[in-house]
Amino acid sequence: MNTKNRRSIATPLTLVAAATAVLSAESAAAHGLAGKRFFPATLATDDPFVADELSLPTIESRKMPASGDEAATRETSYSVDVSKRLTDNLGVGFGAVYLVLQPDGSDTQRGFDNLAASIKYKFYQNDERETILSAGVDWDIGGSGAKRVGAESFSTLTPALFFGKGFGDLPESMKFMRPLAVTGLVGLGIPTRSGTTSTSDEGEVSVERHPHTLEWGFAVEYSLPYLQSFVQDVGLREPFSRMIPIVEFAMSTALDRGASGTTGTVNPGIIWAGRYAQLAVEAVIPVNNRSGNRVGWIAQLHFFLDDLFPATIGRPVFGR
Amino acid sequence: MPVLAYACASALASPASAHAFLDHASPAVGSTVHAPPAQVKLWFTQKLEPAFSKAQVTDSSGKRVDQADARVDDGDRTVLTVSLPQLAPGRYRVKWRVLSVDTHVTEGDYSFDVAR
Repeated sequence: MNTKNRRSIATPLTLVAAATAVLSAESAAAHGLAGKRFFPATLATDDPFVADELSLPTIESRKMPASGDEAATRETSYSVDVSKRLTDNLGVGFGAVYLVLQPDGSDTQRGFDNLAASIKYKFYQNDERETILSAGVDWDIGGSGAKRVGAESFSTLTPALFFGKGFGDLPESMKFMRPLAVTGLVGLGIPTRSGTTSTSDEGEVSVERHPHTLEWGFAVEYSLPYLQSFVQDVGLREPFSRMIPIVEFAMSTALDRGASGTTGTVNPGIIWAGRYAQLAVEAVIPVNNRSGNRVGWIAQLHFFLDDLFPATIGRPVFGR
Repeated sequence: MPVLAYACASALASPASAHAFLDHASPAVGSTVHAPPAQVKLWFTQKLEPAFSKAQVTDSSGKRVDQADARVDDGDRTVLTVSLPQLAPGRYRVKWRVLSVDTHVTEGDYSFDVAR
């Protein structure tokens, strides 16, 4: 098709759509925008945005320490996550993880972990303050994965609050801090079963208890695009002008049923945000021995569906 | 895998669409210029819709000082310019709100100084 002709046909339609967008006072509300702040999608902690996006793939590799009768295991996961807006402020998500477990001295196990589904509602956004708040529930669907890779037979529901704050409102004297932003969450992991009873070949009965957990984490990021566009042109050009150094903290604290303590990782890394997708890679550093004793890594390719397919799957199902 | 490879290639190839972010500007973001500029020129990462893309310049008291003629360049629709009168020394703020050709709205602002 002739590009010029296609453009001349599209222009009136585009203008109608443009007028609608402007008249509805709907500033860009898609993937991670609050005012002039672009927040990238984070890898280890969920962000507060309701968006049309696809993470495909996310690959993570970690060596987990020995625990009880279980040998130390190299755990590699391949994930896909998709999020879809139902309305501008309400969205759903689905995720699947394929696990490859390589225990020291044993055979490799492969299979899908439990599927995950989620719903999230953005209830507050202040563009001037670059602030956003949302609430949601994540559902780890018990029994939907393979037992051989440790998928639980019970579900876990995790209601959570999510937040995002950019520091573009700092005073002029602190202007080089303005590219900083924080996103994060606090949630309560609620297993649908308090414990699992099992009987060994010798007839010994054991009970594994499933505690409630506090799921918490945050990401601190310094946006070089923000620095370049709104604070000071320091001469960066692509690809550096689109990079966002980031450190994520992803934690889980056991609350009851005889369990205690916190496990988690600190993930320093870098995100490159393009027009339609972002690439990210982070180191995965365990915070204590229970969380692991070797540094792993995680990498992700993430697509902005609202930019790739603005007229079809990249827009809310209802409204607009 | 071919589908994934195609999606990756399409997404990273960056044709003209998606959110329009400021790529660079003249006077440069946060800069100090020694001669008053005749115009502010903004380069965006995407093509703009001329009817819905605006920019204005204010002085340190918040008073608008530009010539109110912000326009998208006919030859390069990623460029938005607005004319200025003879500016006195001081700090000025550029604010824009633009619409990319696929209807995503973005906005922003930055300052520059005119030296004495």
